[in-house]
Amino acid sequence: MPHPTPPADDAVHSESFLRSLMRRQFALSAACAATFLVVLLGVPLLNYFAPALMATRVGGFTLSWLILGVLFFPFVWVISWLFIQRSTTLENDEVAQVQRNKEGRGT
Amino acid sequence: MNLLTTLAPTLAFLGGVDPWIFTFAFITVVVTIGMGFWSAKQSKTASDFFVAGRSVSVGWNASAISGEYLSAASFMGIAGMVMANGYDVLWYPVCYACGYLFLLLFIAGPLRRFGAYTIPDFAEGRYDSPLFRKIAVCFVLFIGFVYTMPQMKGAGVTLAYIFPGMPYWGGVALVGAVITLNVALGGMKGITLVQAFQYWIKLFAISVPIFVLMAVFGFYNGHLGANAAPGETAAPTPTAEIARKPLVEKAPKDTAWIAPFGPLTTKAVGAAAAKLPAEQRPAYLAAHQRPYSLLYTYSLIIALVCGTAGLPHILVRFYTNPDGAAAKRTTMWVMILIGVFYVFPPVFGVLGRNLAPELYSGVGAKGTDKVVLELPRAVGGVLGSIMSGITCAGAFAAFMSTFSGLLVSMTGAFAHDIYGRMLKPNASQAERLFMFKVGAVVIGGIAILLGTQVETLQINFMVNQAFAIAASSYFPLLFMSVWWRGMTMTGAAAGMLGGGLAALMCTGTIILGDIGKINLADFWAFHPLTRILAEQPAIWTMPLSISLMVVVSKLTAPSIPPDIRMKMLVLHAPEQLGLKQEYIQEHSAGAGH
Repeated sequence: MPHPTPPADDAVHSESFLRSLMRRQFALSAACAATFLVVLLGVPLLNYFAPALMATRVGGFTLSWLILGVLFFPFVWVISWLFIQRSTTLENDEVAQVQRNKEGRGT
Repeated sequence: MNLLTTLAPTLAFLGGVDPWIFTFAFITVVVTIGMGFWSAKQSKTASDFFVAGRSVSVGWNASAISGEYLSAASFMGIAGMVMANGYDVLWYPVCYACGYLFLLLFIAGPLRRFGAYTIPDFAEGRYDSPLFRKIAVCFVLFIGFVYTMPQMKGAGVTLAYIFPGMPYWGGVALVGAVITLNVALGGMKGITLVQAFQYWIKLFAISVPIFVLMAVFGFYNGHLGANAAPGETAAPTPTAEIARKPLVEKAPKDTAWIAPFGPLTTKAVGAAAAKLPAEQRPAYLAAHQRPYSLLYTYSLIIALVCGTAGLPHILVRFYTNPDGAAAKRTTMWVMILIGVFYVFPPVFGVLGRNLAPELYSGVGAKGTDKVVLELPRAVGGVLGSIMSGITCAGAFAAFMSTFSGLLVSMTGAFAHDIYGRMLKPNASQAERLFMFKVGAVVIGGIAILLGTQVETLQINFMVNQAFAIAASSYFPLLFMSVWWRGMTMTGAAAGMLGGGLAALMCTGTIILGDIGKINLADFWAFHPLTRILAEQPAIWTMPLSISLMVVVSKLTAPSIPPDIRMKMLVLHAPEQLGLKQEYIQEHSAGAGH
């Protein structure tokens, strides 16, 4: 599709920029989601296949109860903290890349 | 004289009221409504609200988002359901909190860059289609009504607890009418200050009584240890340490309660087994109970994690941040605030099992859903009453904030989209404002009527149903529209309607059956798998929705919006590049329409 009003800096509007942008963002989100899903979907599997292990007592709690009722929340905080750090770095990097391109054309 | 005799029975519910409990609850209601009107005066229109919100600091904003999110289901429902069903219910708090992670990872950032305040806004902007906006609006009402029912039950239970003589429906009608009137008069507009204040009330109200209870009766782990796990001959906590009241007959056994795959997830198979001859039961249970439970658990997880991203009143709050970086810091703090809160409700359930087992025998408003309100009284004396008053105040904060938020979203959808765009497109501002008030009263009235019907259903279970519909309609819409440029309007609509309506039909059938409006008990007993797939539909309706989107979009590929690359850039490029402004200029110049 031809763009109605072609902007000055074509690098930003190019197909390759959009592709790399979406690919890098999705890769980061998907990696975080995968880490989270492995644990989230893994707990029922452990409950199913290793009930004795998950019923081990840890200071009154069963292991399974301790994981789900207490430990899961800090685990999610760590993932979201990592995601936020990385995605901020990623965005800064993308902006810097565009700036470099502009300057590169200017000289 | 005549007047007195007619009034006396009506006022009888005032008997037996604990003055402490009444005072705390009353103060919460008055302060909430007062703050709402005070801050409503400061911001007159929706755009004022958004602009004003942008100056809010990260701490306040995170508290406000958390305050809006924690409903009666979180405050009362989880505790009651943990007490009734045990371990399996822990998935609810975990997934309510984790749903936010999915929102953060896949949806929040792009939507914030796109500048759509609501899901219907996004639906229209992404596909340049006012028609699609109308389809999307319908789901605000579907999800909203299902979500208001548990809030109304929370109100009915709390009022029936504060005024022992009041019938359940009376509490629903009273609280519903007060909030509806408040919204209709413009006293509640989702103001940051009120919502933030309510988060701290809720955290205070759930945590302080727990610490007092644990100081008196023993700690969380001790109470949990009083239940014997499968394979244990005796509970690890000796009875000398934890004073445990004897369980009533209706309470689940220790081993079923503390272990995974307990009464919540095995109910359908249990009902089916009860219909079989006694000698076939053990074999049938051994073959079906655990696999079906696992299926139930996974479907529940999908509904809750994906459903959070599709709740009509949650996304709006992402725009009350000055910039993208602050939005991310806010989300981080929201996850911490919500996570801290969700550690506490299950503690009430665990302590309640040992200290107030008589609640197992109660039904409806007198059942386990009121454990959060009732349990602190076990401390005894004035302290017990004060603690119970504090949890009642928290319960009011919970159902008032969420019901108000939903009512504002639903009424807004009705007044601006259904009336302002479909029924009378050239309505004046005054007519719209009038319709907002009429809409609030009509929708509030319907919510009250629905609320009076659901006394026997668990609060948390009903919220779960709303999440299942959201997970099968809005979540696929948002996720696919953000990450797949091949989506067409027809594909998006087909998927959202297919998955969403399938989930809505399942929910409707289950609720109508469970409250006894249609008799399905025998059918469910012979088809336990169907029962599970209808009670927890997300495991098939969410994939159905996404498949429909992919297939129909492929078939209608020529109708992909022509400026899709620009739309995708606005969704994904960092805000510093200023593509949004460029996009708006092009759109107003007629490029898109």
